[in-house]
Amino acid sequence: MATSTPKLRLIQSPSKEPKKAESVLDFIGDTPLLQIRRVAEGIPTGVRIFAKLEGFNPGGSVKDRPALRMVQEGIRVGKLRPGKTILDSTSGNTGIALAMIGRVLGYPVELVVPANVSMERKRIIQAYGAKVTFSDPMEGSDGAIRECRKILEKNPDKYFKPDQYFNPMNPQAHYESTGPEIYRQTRGEITHFIAGIGTGGTVMGAGRYFKEVNPNIKVIAVEPDDALHGLEGLKHMATSIVPGIYHEEELDEKIPVSTDDAYSMVYRLSQEEGLLVGQSSGAALLAALKIARKLRSGTLVTIFPDFGDKYLSTNLWIGWRDRMAVGNLEFNI
Amino acid sequence: MSVRVRVPTPLRKYTQGADEVNAQGSNVKALVEDLEKNFPGIKERLCDESGKIRRFVNVYVNGDDIRFLQNLETNVKEGDNISIVPAIAGGR
Repeated sequence: MATSTPKLRLIQSPSKEPKKAESVLDFIGDTPLLQIRRVAEGIPTGVRIFAKLEGFNPGGSVKDRPALRMVQEGIRVGKLRPGKTILDSTSGNTGIALAMIGRVLGYPVELVVPANVSMERKRIIQAYGAKVTFSDPMEGSDGAIRECRKILEKNPDKYFKPDQYFNPMNPQAHYESTGPEIYRQTRGEITHFIAGIGTGGTVMGAGRYFKEVNPNIKVIAVEPDDALHGLEGLKHMATSIVPGIYHEEELDEKIPVSTDDAYSMVYRLSQEEGLLVGQSSGAALLAALKIARKLRSGTLVTIFPDFGDKYLSTNLWIGWRDRMAVGNLEFNI
Repeated sequence: MSVRVRVPTPLRKYTQGADEVNAQGSNVKALVEDLEKNFPGIKERLCDESGKIRRFVNVYVNGDDIRFLQNLETNVKEGDNISIVPAIAGGR
């Protein structure tokens, strides 16, 4: 393990004063950007990799941004009004965000969640008081999408369905906040934006912003390399219901990542950077490193969608010490 | 001896779309080999290079995770219900 002490540099947002807030929702966004140094050792000297730590959002993930934006728009156009219940299908983080936002704004929340999402996610959603329906684990997140449609059809007037897979406010949230924040935090030096595809909201929305401010910025998506994978939150597009907000033609590149490699990267981040993140962050950094090795210079920014505390009960951590030894990751623990 | 095995969506391309198939064998290891014989390619999706069940795949015998039984050596008998379940649900 490296023994040098890297100078970690948190690039702050412009606000100098501690934030004052009227509700917890005011803390959504403005997340820090962290330069990844130890894990990125060995990449060309002119290349830097930054990760945006979305786990700092109050609901614990990047999903706070689109969830809030979709709810705000629902209220603005009158689709969400007192007496309505927020309903959606989610594999977890959007559910947590909606459950939190519903509590703050006074709307009941019902969620359809595949039974095989992590125990922590289920419990967090329930702790906010949201009603949860579990869908068949054999059908994955697409099964939850279909189950949710059935619930809505039975009682269409009762619900407001943000419909994150098809709601343009999902990418819009990233166009308005994630993209500009990153551009500002890198002082406009970003050359590559790399993000995993769940609904596609992050990569599409922030990507569109970057292309507008500088068409030379490359926008790259990360996806599991197989339909059967262990990257919670990410979608294998070729075998999934393709979200309406996802437009592959707007991407410069798509990088497939294997579950085992992404898990190894999660272990490296916890051991070398002191950063405990979820599987999708491991996948994102792996893709960023792949790109970095091919460049002579560049400022790469990727998204770490959440922290790792929601996954401690999952298979991610089964036998991880053995894996590190077998994988020869040069750990000394 | 034959048991029914429930197959998750991502593996149904190997089973011609079937969500449940028959397999022969006295333990889970034998079932996996039998599945591979009838549905070539499925074993590589279920098991890693060392032959162990991949970490992001859970196999249940009558509702119990084989990791907490005898893994691939877990015995099965006529009428048991076997489920192959992805350990996580993809897509947010």
